[in-house]
Amino acid sequence: MNLADMGPLLQTALELGLFSALTVLALYLSYSMLNVCDLSTDGCFTMGACVGAVVAISGHPFLSIIAAMAVGVLSGFIVAILQTKMGVESLLAGIIVNTGWYSLNIAIMGNASLLNMNKTETVFTKLKDILAGTFISDAYRLIIALIAVTLVVIFLSLFLRTRLGLAIRATGNNPDMVKSSSINPAFTTIVGLCISNSFTALGGCLLAQSQKSVNIDIGSGMVTIALASLLIGEAVMSKGGITLRAVGAVVGAFIFRLVYTIALRFHMPAYMLKLVSSIIVIVAISGPYFRKRLPLIKRSLNLKKQGIDGEGSADA
Amino acid sequence: MLKLSHVSKTFNPGTVNAKQALCDLSLTVDDGDFITIIGANGAGKSTLFNAIAGSFITDSGQIILDDTDITLMPEHERARRIGRLFQDPMRGTAAGMTIEENLTLAAGKGGWLSHIDRRQREEFREILSRLDMGLEDRMKQPMGLLSGGQRQAVTLLMATINPPSLLLLDEHTAALDPAAADKVLKITREVVEKENLTCLMITHNMQSALELGNRTLMMDGGDIILDVSGEDRDAMTMQDLLDRFKNISGKALDNDRMLLMHEKEGGKQ
Repeated sequence: MNLADMGPLLQTALELGLFSALTVLALYLSYSMLNVCDLSTDGCFTMGACVGAVVAISGHPFLSIIAAMAVGVLSGFIVAILQTKMGVESLLAGIIVNTGWYSLNIAIMGNASLLNMNKTETVFTKLKDILAGTFISDAYRLIIALIAVTLVVIFLSLFLRTRLGLAIRATGNNPDMVKSSSINPAFTTIVGLCISNSFTALGGCLLAQSQKSVNIDIGSGMVTIALASLLIGEAVMSKGGITLRAVGAVVGAFIFRLVYTIALRFHMPAYMLKLVSSIIVIVAISGPYFRKRLPLIKRSLNLKKQGIDGEGSADA
Repeated sequence: MLKLSHVSKTFNPGTVNAKQALCDLSLTVDDGDFITIIGANGAGKSTLFNAIAGSFITDSGQIILDDTDITLMPEHERARRIGRLFQDPMRGTAAGMTIEENLTLAAGKGGWLSHIDRRQREEFREILSRLDMGLEDRMKQPMGLLSGGQRQAVTLLMATINPPSLLLLDEHTAALDPAAADKVLKITREVVEKENLTCLMITHNMQSALELGNRTLMMDGGDIILDVSGEDRDAMTMQDLLDRFKNISGKALDNDRMLLMHEKEGGKQ
């Protein structure tokens, strides 16, 4: 690989990283702040893409983005109601919604599992027309992704410092304390998931419009990919304020895509993306767990070395 | 005024593990009362607090606080009038958030979208300085960096930042080292006196049960078996308390920590 290859490579990684950063920021809110693992992410991402595509195809490029975010809010609201008001386990609520949305998404696309937007006017084609002939004519995707991510980061860093934002963070931290502050944790969970899912749907909408097509599998595995990016980001920026950690989430998304793009150059098959993301999540979550158990494991190995059976103490 | 009438609660009803934790309990607490509560393990002291604070809804009976029937009111709504501290100093605060963020949530002032402003910060500085722990200069540090005693002291501030109609203290100094426990108890006394709070305090320390407050309750088997105040209480010693318990319940007080405390204090004398 020579240096001339690096430019486009970086740009691709940056673009894809920024598009997925929207979902990563959604998980930053739901997973890191609210402490809810929102498994409806995949379905919500696809739904944002489908709704965005359908509205754009009907001739409303700007409305398509608002519609996608609105449907994200709705999706988040349903997941949140299931887990706070209807007694459905949080993880199960996400899985159920995901499954249901699969049918709905096909219905939204008009009984199709694939929609083409080759001749559709979107924010991307609009900006491409504006930039045509300038030296940054290639960067229209990058610019839109950058604007969207910047707006979301600014929103989050302001919002998470408001009283409502603090209440959402406290809900993930200590729900008892939220209750004793006369705030209903169900309310903060609902608001948090509505907002986070609007970002997820926005991510789906923009990705679909930038690649001019949407298929029913566009969101599959998204939650793991985003989680991997988020955990990379937290490793990069573990200490720091709310804003810095949000930026860390974006950086994590970029690093994830960069590594992936480089791996593709070295002939890793494209279908390995999801396995890689799974492994990253496993390592990032199990790593600290094993680090904590390390002294225990060492002791039991030492005991074994001395000829004493250390099996029992390792399990204790 | 807090009024519980004929409150009952059974856990796991209809199973072999069924346990009647509160048995037809009635209690009237006057405004400004500072009541200490003692009792054996499993007597229902914490269960009583859970019932008042709304951690569960009672099976029967009625709970009235300041002319409002709160029997069926959800926990977070009751929290507007009821402040509560637990034995575990970690339970009352959010460890990952800063001191001032914790206080902001407890204060609950301003709109949902308001940020912490300078005036509010000044206010927090002022009340934190009253603790005399130097916390007013650490307002931007995460709560998790504080010691147990410091966290419990801040929790006490949070519970009383908007003076509640009722303050529930559930052995809130039991998990602290003796010095920190004394300090938190002293702050508790000051806050309660300053705001003239109505307060219920569970304790395993019979000495402070008799010294603090103006009334002492003893619980056993989910009900109040002894209720002393006034001169009767002033004349009471720890031994009297133990004897009274034995006479009424027909058994010795089997709270290990309480007895240890008694022996320790007795040895000192």
